[in-house]
Amino acid sequence: MNLDTLREKIGYQPLLLGVVALLASAALAVVSDATSPAIAAAEAKDLRDSLSEVLPAGMADNDFLKDTVDLEQGGKTITVYRARQAGEIKAALFKVAERGYSGEIQVLMAVDMDGRTLGVRVLKHTETPGLGDKIEAKKDDWVLDFNGKSLTDPTEDKWAVKKDNGVFDQFAGATITPRAVVKAVKGGLSFFAARKNDITG
Amino acid sequence: MSENYGKLMKEGLWEQNVVFAQMLALCPTMAVTTSGTNGLGMGLASTAVLVIANILVSMIRHTVSSQVRIPVFVVLIATLVTIVDMVINAWMHELYKVLGLFIALIVVNCAILGRAEAFAVKNGVVASAVDGVAMGLGFTGALVVIGLIREFLGAGTLFAQASQLLGPSFAFLEVKISGYGGALLMILPPGAFAVLGFLLAGKRILDRKLAERDAAAANTAPAAA
Repeated sequence: MNLDTLREKIGYQPLLLGVVALLASAALAVVSDATSPAIAAAEAKDLRDSLSEVLPAGMADNDFLKDTVDLEQGGKTITVYRARQAGEIKAALFKVAERGYSGEIQVLMAVDMDGRTLGVRVLKHTETPGLGDKIEAKKDDWVLDFNGKSLTDPTEDKWAVKKDNGVFDQFAGATITPRAVVKAVKGGLSFFAARKNDITG
Repeated sequence: MSENYGKLMKEGLWEQNVVFAQMLALCPTMAVTTSGTNGLGMGLASTAVLVIANILVSMIRHTVSSQVRIPVFVVLIATLVTIVDMVINAWMHELYKVLGLFIALIVVNCAILGRAEAFAVKNGVVASAVDGVAMGLGFTGALVVIGLIREFLGAGTLFAQASQLLGPSFAFLEVKISGYGGALLMILPPGAFAVLGFLLAGKRILDRKLAERDAAAANTAPAAA
């Protein structure tokens, strides 16, 4: 029986689909197995790079990627990375998120033991290009304004954009985006203040 | 037909251009052409998938019965895109950070299934590969042109961040027009529709002019002889 007549048989088609699905799954499994260590390593490196961006150089002598504590906050788990010097915790690094103009804005921040921000970076956002994306450090210096700020400096009511009588600049044509980032950073500082004992403990 | 590779290239790049003539794959075209660099990255990644998909489809074209060919091709293309995604993520991670968002989008690029259906299933492996290269480059060219126009009008730059995609030696491509902030509209989705519309109209006019000239040449030739 040649292929042309075989191909028209009713049993040929499900068999063919089954074989194709099996081969595709096998190929995916092999590639996934081969690439997963490299992908995990690359993602760990990305995380380390972004963590070291918010943490001033020389602040940590430990591998803070491995020195973590998971805390519950409003139903979500926040992983806190702890930067130590000679065994003593010097800073806590964690991610906070807030709803921006279009979707969630993810912010990575480092806080020292006095509750002051050491650095803030926006990790991920879907804000309007050209307007809201000035929250990215590579597009604008705006996000550096948070360095050294704490819950008492500026005072509670000044933790807002200038339009809301706060101290932080907004952008021309985009107020909601910086407002969300300010709220996220303030929330992160409150989280740190409330859970400091859990973080250091 | 399968030997005429020059014709295949010409069709892919111009006459049957994926975007400008077949009007396929408009979703990724609109979505990623906010800059020339994005367009280039998406175009090259799509070209790679298109060539491999064409080759594989051509290889199995006698085995697959026509009733189930569409699901088979869909599984094939989805598998291929996922593999490309994982391989780039693992071993070309810097490139992945620039392209990562777009690679998964390739799976919804109907041009790839379109070429499998329209060409690879009827032709040999070499011709299918050439067709994949031609169609892919035509697609890449269209994305780069749309991306550059939008980027130029919208942000006042050309090939911004090209060195992130292609390596530091391509930094010379990056141009910044000083003193021009750009018209934001061109970066936003309406800009994509506007630019594509004007380009399509332009191509139509050019094609008609060329056809008229050819017709005129054909008419005068016998008279002169």
